Order: sequence, then C-alpha cells, then structure tokens
Amino acid sequence: MADTKVPPELRKKGLTRSQKRRLSRGAQYVVFVAAVAAFVASADWGRLKNQFAQLDIAERMFPDIITLALKNTVLYTVTGFAVGLALGLLLALMRLSSVGPYRWLAGLYIEIFRGLPALLIFIFIGVAVPLAFPGTEIVGGTYGKVALALGLVAAAYMAETIRAGIQAVPKGQMEAARSLGFSPARAMVSIIIPQAFRVILPPLTNELVLLFKDSSLVLFLGVTLEERELSKYGRDLASQTANSTPILVAGLCYLLITIPLGFVVRRMEAKAQEAVR
Amino acid sequence: MSRLDERPDDQPDERPEGPSGEPEIRVAGLHKSFGDNRVLRGIDLEIRRGEVVCVIGPSGSGKSTLLRCVNLLEEPTEGRVYVGGTELTDPDVDIDAARRRIGMVFQQFNLFPHLTVTENLTLPQRRVLKRGKAEAARIAAANLERVGLAEKAGAYPSSLSGGQQQRVAIARALAMGPEVMLFDEPTSALDPELVGDVLAVMRMLADEGMTMMVVTHEMTFAREVADRVVFMDGGVIVEDGAPGQVIGAPRHERTRHFLSRLLDPAMADVEEGTPGRAGPQ
Repeated sequence: MADTKVPPELRKKGLTRSQKRRLSRGAQYVVFVAAVAAFVASADWGRLKNQFAQLDIAERMFPDIITLALKNTVLYTVTGFAVGLALGLLLALMRLSSVGPYRWLAGLYIEIFRGLPALLIFIFIGVAVPLAFPGTEIVGGTYGKVALALGLVAAAYMAETIRAGIQAVPKGQMEAARSLGFSPARAMVSIIIPQAFRVILPPLTNELVLLFKDSSLVLFLGVTLEERELSKYGRDLASQTANSTPILVAGLCYLLITIPLGFVVRRMEAKAQEAVR
Repeated sequence: MSRLDERPDDQPDERPEGPSGEPEIRVAGLHKSFGDNRVLRGIDLEIRRGEVVCVIGPSGSGKSTLLRCVNLLEEPTEGRVYVGGTELTDPDVDIDAARRRIGMVFQQFNLFPHLTVTENLTLPQRRVLKRGKAEAARIAAANLERVGLAEKAGAYPSSLSGGQQQRVAIARALAMGPEVMLFDEPTSALDPELVGDVLAVMRMLADEGMTMMVVTHEMTFAREVADRVVFMDGGVIVEDGAPGQVIGAPRHERTRHFLSRLLDPAMADVEEGTPGRAGPQ
C-alpha cells in the first residue's frame, strides 16, 4: 500500500521502518532469553536453595525479627526523622532569615552534613564524641545516639526541601496574613508552614524511606541484643547459622516498608500534579 | 453630558455619619522608591470617616503602591501615614495591632488555600484577636451571610469561582471589624460576568458607611458609589474631586487622555444604554 503514496525518489532502499523496528525488538528478546538461560544453566540451584531458602532457619527468626528487629528499625527511623524534621525546620528558617550570620551558619551546616557519609556521622556520634567528651551521656543511650546521628544527617537534606517549600508559597499569602494583623512569626506558623508542608510531603516521605535504610548503620555503633535492628539481627543470625537465609528475610522486611511507602509517595506526587492543573 | 452632573449624592457630606472633623486616613508628603524607580513622588490625601474614594489611573501610576503604603505593606521612603488618628509611620507604633483596624482586599484574593471558607474567617480572628471559638464562628457566619455565601462555609477556596473567592476575602477582612477597608483592584482578576457580585458587596459596604479606599478600573462603580475620585499619574495625584467632575468633566489633559483611552466604549454603554460610541466629554 506504500507504493500508492510514496513517490519513487523518496522511497527508502532496503528495509522499511517497521521492518527495522521488528528486527531490533526481536534481537533484544534473543539477548534476554540467552542471558536468562545462561544464568539458569550455570547457577547451582541446590546450593542457592540451601543458602537462601532454608525454611526452618527462616521460621526460627519469627517472631523476633518483627517484634524486635523491625520494631527497632522503625523506632530508630521515626526518632531520627523527628529530630531531623525539627532541626531541618530550624535550619530552613535560618536560611531564610534576614540576619546574615544565621543564613551563613545554616548554609555551612547544610554543606558539611550533605557532604559527609552517614556512616562517618554514626562513628562520630558513637565513638568520637564519647572519647572527646568523657562523661557526656547522650540522652536515651543507643536510641538517643541513633536518633541524633540520623537526625543530623537528615536535617541537612530536609532543610533544603523545607526552604524550597516555604519559598513556593505565593508572596500574597504572607501579605494577606500581615494585612490581617498577623505578626511575621505567627503568619509563618499559621499560614505559610502548613502550606509549605503540603508541597513537601512527598520529598519528606522519600527522606523517611532513605532514613529507614540508613538506620542499618546502627550496625557500627555496637548495640546490645535488645537494641538490634534488621540488618544487625540478620547478620548475627547469618553468622550463627552459617547460612544466608536471615539476610534474605531481613531484606524482605525492609521491602515490606519501603515499597508501600514508595507507592504512597508516587500517589501523593500524582495528586499534587493533578491539583496544579 | 448627562446624568453624571445630576446625581444628587455627589456631595460627600451627605454620608450617613455626616461630616467628621478628623480624617480617617491621612497621607502626607508620601514618597516611595524601589531602588532608582520613584513610584510615588509626594502624595497628600485625606479621606474622611465614611467616605468612599476611588483611585484611578494608568498602570504604573503608583495607585496600588499608594494603597499598600496606607497599611504599610510597603514601607514609605518618606512621608507620613495616619489611620484613625494614629501615625502608622511612627516607629513606635505596633503595626500588627494597627493593621487589625484596616481591612485589605487583594486583586488575587489571597485566600488561604489550605483552610475552608469558614476557617479562612475564623483563624485570623482567633490567632490575632484572640476571640473564642464560638464567637469567631458566629462572626464568620454573619459575615459570610453578608456577602451572600453562607452556603459555601465548608468549601475550600479552590472550589469557588473567582467572584466567590473575592467575596470570601471581603468577608474575611470584615470579620476582623475594620474601621477602614482598602481594595486593591478587587475585580481586575475576575471574569467579566463575575465582577457584578463583588461590586454589589462593595456597594453595600459603602451604603453602610464604611470608609473605603478603592483602586479600580471600574468607572461605573467609581461614578455611582464613590464620594470622590482621585486620578493618579506618574506617582502624583493629578486630579481629586467629585466623580462627576473627575470622570465626567476632567480638568487636566492627562485625565482626559486616560479616560478617553480606557473608557470610551464602557461609558457609551452606560450613558446611552445602547452599544455605541460616545465621548466622555
């Protein structure tokens, strides 16, 4: 049917466009099937099953992996998030302050803590601080240390998010509030920040997911049996049983939380997109 | 030249309250610059209690800036602003307290989108005036009733039309019990068919004796409702007088030029009652 429309001098030589497309897609399928076949053929399935899918070992992990390890992971994450949110809000307001030194200080903090690995902060809080200031006790023991370490890291990221959220609130909102007699601080708290938080709820939830994963760094703090979270618990059990099943189960526990949260974030983002329209 | 000059209530002295010695709003020697841009170049203006003054002029003439200087949303570069006998430009004045007596309505409504209509009215009362929950709710309901939107009490601003949002914004300002109302082009962001409802509410306020300063392009409203019309151009007041005089028989060339460019078709509509062309002179 093409020959009715395309004049001969414009007709492509060789394959038509749709023929090319079909060929390319066919080649990709061939590569995929070959790769899967190679993996299946070369893997030692018995060994893998022994290593990762020992049902009796997995069974032994319950209910402790939920009641102890997952509980602690959630606890570390939530407290860390709370500290990060409070500090992040403070830093964001400092960044927006008309007082220069506040802006610089907040900027410095954000640059430093975004530039350091979270692990280093954990070691700093867990090892360096007790050595440098002997006798200082961080409130809440390990829980306090983790909340502080996670909070310090999260605050730097959240501060930038919150600042952007506050700046996204139209200028007229502050003017309307001021013209009604709100003081600048009261307008910020009652009018601006609630609106900013609606905008930044998706990125903040994302930060929660990151913290959830970062809480595994507790591993490096040296915790008691009762304070173990998912990663530490999984690793301990893996070395006790000389089997990798606990790692797999711990991993599934993380996904149990992070995948639904990720879904919630995407839903919120889609909704926010709709609201803009 | 017709009904303009025959209108009986061009006399400001016939407002319900009658004349009052002290001006409600007084602006003296006001200058405002944004960097090198001198927007206001020496404004003197007095508005008496119960008076309705419309400020007209081309865009960039400084009329909105003047209005925003009256409640110090813009800090004057020079000069004084008095409202209700208090000098707002006095550094010792608590500007937040002073603003409670001055209601302001914006071109873009500026309702709080995260609050319902009722909450838009109650939150400022509760946070700023420290009114109790029940009292704030009662006053909110009464003011929504006044602007004819009682049935929208539970709605969010985004579900309202522009005209409805603006009426809520007026009700929000009224709920604070202001002595003066400032309107910054309140109908400029509205679709033409929604303008009438907002103007009707403003007309009602004027009839009740509210002191009003209105920056507007609605010449019909200015002619029919205002006690005085002020024409601004280039950061100064060019002409200030009764609507029949400023709009109907402008003395200055700049006023005539502005009116003829802005108003020709609109005036023709209103004056002749039929679509057609007629000059304002």
